[in-house]
Amino acid sequence: MDVFDKLKILTDAAKYDVACTSSGVNKKAAAGGIGSAAASGICHSFSGDGRCISLLKVLMTNVCAYDCKYCVNRKSNDTPRASFTPRELAELTINFYRRNYIEGLFLSSGVLKNPDYTTEQMIEALRILREEYRFFGYIHAKAIPGTDSGLIARLGMLTDRMSVNIELPSQSSLQLLAPDKSKHSILAPMKYIQNRIQENSTDIIKYRHAPKFVPAGQSTQMIIGATPDTDFQILNLTEGLYKKYKLKRVFFSAYMPVAENALLPTLDTTPPLWREHRLYQADWLLRFYGFTANELLDQQHQSFNPFLDPKCNWALHHMDFFPMNVNRAPYSDLLRVPGIGVNSAKRIVIARRLATLQFNDLKKLGVVLKRAQYFITCSGKATGNLKITQDKVLQSLMSEKTLGMYHQSFPLQSQNKQLSLFEQPSLLLSGYPQEDLQRCLTSPI
Amino acid sequence: MFDQSNLIYRYDGSFDGLLCCVFESYDKKEIPTEIILPDTSQTFLFTAKEIKTDIEKSSRVLASIPEKMGYDALNFIRRAFLTCAAKKELYILLFLRLGYRYGRSIMGMLTDDTVNTLFKAVKHLDNESHLLKGFVRFSIFNNVLVAQIEPKNYVLPLMTQHFSERYPEERFFIYDKTHGMALVYQPYQSAIIPIEDLELPEPDEQEQSYRELWKLFYDTIEIQGRHNPKCRMSHMPKRYWKYMTEFGSSPKKSHLKLEDTAKFLIP
Ligand code: SF4
Repeated sequence: MDVFDKLKILTDAAKYDVACTSSGVNKKAAAGGIGSAAASGICHSFSGDGRCISLLKVLMTNVCAYDCKYCVNRKSNDTPRASFTPRELAELTINFYRRNYIEGLFLSSGVLKNPDYTTEQMIEALRILREEYRFFGYIHAKAIPGTDSGLIARLGMLTDRMSVNIELPSQSSLQLLAPDKSKHSILAPMKYIQNRIQENSTDIIKYRHAPKFVPAGQSTQMIIGATPDTDFQILNLTEGLYKKYKLKRVFFSAYMPVAENALLPTLDTTPPLWREHRLYQADWLLRFYGFTANELLDQQHQSFNPFLDPKCNWALHHMDFFPMNVNRAPYSDLLRVPGIGVNSAKRIVIARRLATLQFNDLKKLGVVLKRAQYFITCSGKATGNLKITQDKVLQSLMSEKTLGMYHQSFPLQSQNKQLSLFEQPSLLLSGYPQEDLQRCLTSPI
Repeated sequence: MFDQSNLIYRYDGSFDGLLCCVFESYDKKEIPTEIILPDTSQTFLFTAKEIKTDIEKSSRVLASIPEKMGYDALNFIRRAFLTCAAKKELYILLFLRLGYRYGRSIMGMLTDDTVNTLFKAVKHLDNESHLLKGFVRFSIFNNVLVAQIEPKNYVLPLMTQHFSERYPEERFFIYDKTHGMALVYQPYQSAIIPIEDLELPEPDEQEQSYRELWKLFYDTIEIQGRHNPKCRMSHMPKRYWKYMTEFGSSPKKSHLKLEDTAKFLIP
C-alpha cells in the first residue's frame, strides 16, 4: 500500500476528532532545528465543513482491538485498514511543515495489539521528529486509555499537548457503548498527566532548563447526542473537568451516525449541530465570561433554548440585573450584557476613562447595539424611547423567520404576560433555524 | 501662501517622508487636507506642496513621539503606515497632532474618529498578517522555499520574525505581488527587497507529490455531513485561495516512497 492510500484511510479515520488547535505554547527552534509555535495558535486552512486545519490530524493506525459502538474504527466494522510506519509519518509531517501546510501533528491511534504497543509506535514517530529532524513545531498526542504510565510519561516529554477523550458524558453511557473503556481507565491517565504537568512546572522553576512535559496542557472531547445525557449534565461535567483536572479545552462533537446499532440513534439521524453550537457558546461563557454552569442551566431546565444563545437566555431571565450603566458598571458585569464581548468590554473600560460614552461611541468600540441597547444605559439615557417588552427584545435577537418559529414553540398568550421561556419546545430537531447553524463555533457571543 | 482648505502635501512615500510632513505641518502651523504619493495622478485642481525628505527633521519628529505619547503610540503609527487604509498618511498626521496635545492618553481615545479609523486599519493589518502566517504556501525548488502572496496590507515586515523563527536553517523567499516586494531569508539574516515579477519553475516530482498528498488530506479531512461553505468562507476569504496548494489544479497521482525523499533533511 502506498503512502497516498495510507494517508487517505488514516485521515478519514481521524476526521471525527474535533481538536485541531495548535494553541497554548510559545516557542522557537533552537539552532539547527526547525519549527516554532504561537500561543494563540495558527490555522493553516479551513476544510469544506468550516473547521480550522492547523495540524496534520491522522491516526497511527486504524486497526483496533476494541469495539466502541459509536466509532468507525471499531473491530467489528468492515472497513479498509492501514498503519503508518513511524518513519513514514515523521517524513510526511516534516515535508508538510516545510511547505507551511501545517503547524504540526495531531496523532491519535486505534489500539493495535494493546495500548502499550500502540503508544510505543507513536513514541517512535515522535522521537524521529524531535531527535532526528530536530522538529520544534506543535505536537498533540492522544493518550490511549490503559497505557502504562511510564509510557505516557515518555510520550508527554515529546508532545506539547495531550488529550484523553472522555468519549461519552456519563459512566452508564460508556458501559453501554464502549465496553472496553471505563470512567477509571479514562480519568486515571488524565489525573496522571495533570500531576506530571504540576510536578514539571515546579521543576522548571528550580532548574530553568528542565525538559517540559506537555507545556500546552491537556484537553478532552466528548460525543454529543449519541446518548440521552442532557446539556445540563454535559455542562456540569465540563465545568468539573476545567476545575478538577485543569484542562485547557473541552471539545464537543455532534454524533454523526456511523453504525447501525439498536443502542444508537438511527443512521438517518441528523447530527445535533445546534446543541454542539450551544455547548460551545456555554463553554466560552464558563471560560471567559465568568458564568457558572448552574447559572445557565439547572435541574428544572436541562436543555439549552434552541432559539436563544445561553447568554441572551440568561439575560432575559435576569431583567432585574439590567439596564446597566456602561459608564459605571464593572468589567465583570459588562461581560454579561448580550452584544458586549470580551474585546468590546475591555475597550469600554479603557475609553470611558477619558470620556463619558454615548451610544454612538459604543458602536465604534464594537458593541452590537442591536442586541445591547435593551440592556444598557449611557449615564441615565436609554436609546431613544424604546419601550422594552420581552417581545421587542426577542425581535432584536432573532430574525423574523426564527421569531416565527420561536412563537410557534412558545405560544405568546398576551404581550404583557411573562413569556414561558423556560418550557422546552416539543420538536427541536426538525425546525432548527438555519442561520444559527451557519454561525461558526468560534463566533463571539 | 497655500490656502488651508485645499492644502495638499506630496511626499516620497517613505515613513521618514511622512514624518517630515508632520514637521512641516507644525513648522508652518498648517494642516493639509491630503497627503499624496509622487505618482498620484494629478486629478487635483491645486498643485501639491512638495515635502522634501530630510532625515534631520524626521529624526527629530521620531524622537519626540515616544517622549510625548509613549512607545505604544510609535509602534502603533509604524503599523498604521503599513496598512492599506485610504488617506492613512493624513490620519497618521492628525493622530500625531492629537498625541502632541493629549500625551499618552491618545492610545485610550478609542471613540475619537481619527484614532478609531487608525485602530480599525491596524486591526485589519494584524488580522491579515495573522491569517497569512497560516495561509502562505511554499513550494520547494532546489531546496529553497518559495511562496507568493497578494495581501491588501503591506504585511511582509510583520511576517519576518515569524518565518525566521520557524525556519532558521532554511532559505526562503516570500513574494508580495501587490507591493512588488519580497522577503528573503538565509541563515541567519533577512531582508525585504523590491522585486518586479516572479516566475516559478515547474515543480519536480517530489514537490508535485507533496502537493497532491496535501490536497488529498485537505479533501479527506472534511466531514461531509457538516459541509458548510459559508463558514469556511468567513474564516478564509476567497481572495486568499489563489495561492493555496489545496485549491490548485487537479491532482494526478504519482507514486512516491517517503523513505527516499527527506533524506537530505537528516544531518
Ligand atoms: S478504542 Fe478508539 S479507535 Fe478503537 S474503537 Fe474505541 S474509539 Fe474507536
